[in-house]
Amino acid sequence: MTAAQEIGAGGRARWRRADADKVKISTIGWLLPAAALLIGLFLVPVGYAVYLGFTNIELLGPLAQDYSFTGLANVSRMAHDPVFWSSVKLTLIFVVGSGIVAQTVLGLALALLGQRAHVMVRASVGSIVVLAWVLPEICVAFIWYSFSQAGGMLGELIGRTSSDFLSTAPLLIVCLANAWRGTAFSMLVLSAGLRNVPQEADEAAQLEGASYWTRLFRVTLPIIRPTLMINMLLITLGTISDFTLVFAMTQGGPGNETAILPVYMYIEAFQFNALGYGTTIALALMIIGAILSIVYIRQLRPELRRGR
Amino acid sequence: MTVAPHRDEPPGEAAARPGAGGGAAPRGTAFPAAARRLRTKVLPAIIGNLAMTIIGVIFLLPLAWLILAAFNPHASPGVVTPRFSLANFTQALQSGASGAIMNSLYLAGVSTVIATVVSTLAGYVLSRHYVPLKGAALVVIIFLTGLPVTLLLIPIYQIFVSIGWLDSPFYTSLVLAATSVPFAIWLLKNFIDQVPREFEEAAAIEGSGQFRVLLTVVVPLIMPGVLVSAILTFINSWGAFLIPLVLDANPSDTPGAVGIYQFMSANGQVQFGPLAAYGILFSLPVIILYLISSRWLSGGFSFAGGIKG
Repeated sequence: MTAAQEIGAGGRARWRRADADKVKISTIGWLLPAAALLIGLFLVPVGYAVYLGFTNIELLGPLAQDYSFTGLANVSRMAHDPVFWSSVKLTLIFVVGSGIVAQTVLGLALALLGQRAHVMVRASVGSIVVLAWVLPEICVAFIWYSFSQAGGMLGELIGRTSSDFLSTAPLLIVCLANAWRGTAFSMLVLSAGLRNVPQEADEAAQLEGASYWTRLFRVTLPIIRPTLMINMLLITLGTISDFTLVFAMTQGGPGNETAILPVYMYIEAFQFNALGYGTTIALALMIIGAILSIVYIRQLRPELRRGR
Repeated sequence: MTVAPHRDEPPGEAAARPGAGGGAAPRGTAFPAAARRLRTKVLPAIIGNLAMTIIGVIFLLPLAWLILAAFNPHASPGVVTPRFSLANFTQALQSGASGAIMNSLYLAGVSTVIATVVSTLAGYVLSRHYVPLKGAALVVIIFLTGLPVTLLLIPIYQIFVSIGWLDSPFYTSLVLAATSVPFAIWLLKNFIDQVPREFEEAAAIEGSGQFRVLLTVVVPLIMPGVLVSAILTFINSWGAFLIPLVLDANPSDTPGAVGIYQFMSANGQVQFGPLAAYGILFSLPVIILYLISSRWLSGGFSFAGGIKG
């Protein structure tokens, strides 16, 4: 990523400057508040989470105080927990369907259409899409909760007034809500990416008689591939830990049908008291996120190398 | 809203006049050039504008429901006829929305001040001073920006239980600040990196102390960065739901996001009208802040393009 590059290139050069190489008192003093926050509320909790994930701690009752290390008990419980595995599956559907596919495709479509659309169309549609993204997540949850109710606007629009879509197709509605909310981000990122595509490349292909679609798939998309990949990575990381939207709309229900991992973690830890097991689920979530990030970064490696 | 930049007009300009081109249609057969223009330029432009408008209308529907429901005293989840009444707003405010919004203001305000001050100091040091293991520290900070809050929550809850920090708005805002600090440090360090050192050196020669130099020379130069960082922290803390839900169970500290959730999940009939009004009241500050900052934010979205080096 850009930042990683900077550290590699810029950071080292700056260390050699004449005024440096000695830790000043102000260095420590000015770093202290940030370090205290990050160590106290990030690093220590992460380390503590790794420990708690292997204990039988509970929210209330005797095990809230006298909990003990239980080795791999939580991990084996997780391996045999059908709800956990269905939760993993739901999380992947949610991330891939509503995040990676829907948001990227819609965002790219809007970015491409916006390039050629009339200024009025682009500005007004852009504003609507961005407004959906700017709204607090809880408001999006409430809007879609009402929208998909029995007798709600969605039912009226597709002529099925009596169905409560949050019980008949909960995962689909949750995915639609997330796609609705997140598309603006992709649109903004990909519009910026498209603006950096040199026009000469497209014009050259046009002179050779290539159709719009050929130019899109053979010229434009390959050029913005790094932007697309980073966009997908950011969407993945944002969607995989999303809690508010789904929890507020469905509380994971009906019958765990929308219990994606963060929601399942909350249910286990704070509703079923199993803080230790909940932490194990959170650790599993972090590992899944890390694996996906590594996959993306490996995909980006050729571009990173060329960039150097 | 000024979302789409107005700079890059040329590419679609010629094609984006459906009216002008459409008029030439009947004569198309007589003039082969005009027919080709119709096929390759005018028709795609009409289809493109139409497709974008359709997507826009679909995106608008849920928002339209929110606005119609908020102003209609007999709101239902279905399509309601446009009415203009502020009854829902007064009812929302009477049922505790104003208190909850004040609580959100406290959480977001305190966490924004803490995160911005702390990150400016740290960003300056990481940009200018010699710090041992600086490279490693920056990698850790970037790693932290991607860490899910859900993972931190249980251990933080446990720590707060043992040191008695639960149910306190201040410590809750401290956690909210911490979740924004990694990104803010990274953003501000990048901004400070771009400020030439000569300004600070000149001020230092005139005998200004380091803190004075930071405050009077560097901060004014990186003001857009400071504002973006502050606004993003504010928006993040304003909408925060899970952290205050878990860390502060005190009913009088309930922020707006948790308040809306409690209304939604309360037993009995959901009052869609007042809830829609509550939602609009709660969203307004964030929308306004976004409008103010969109000018500076727009540059931020090309970050992914930077990878091309």
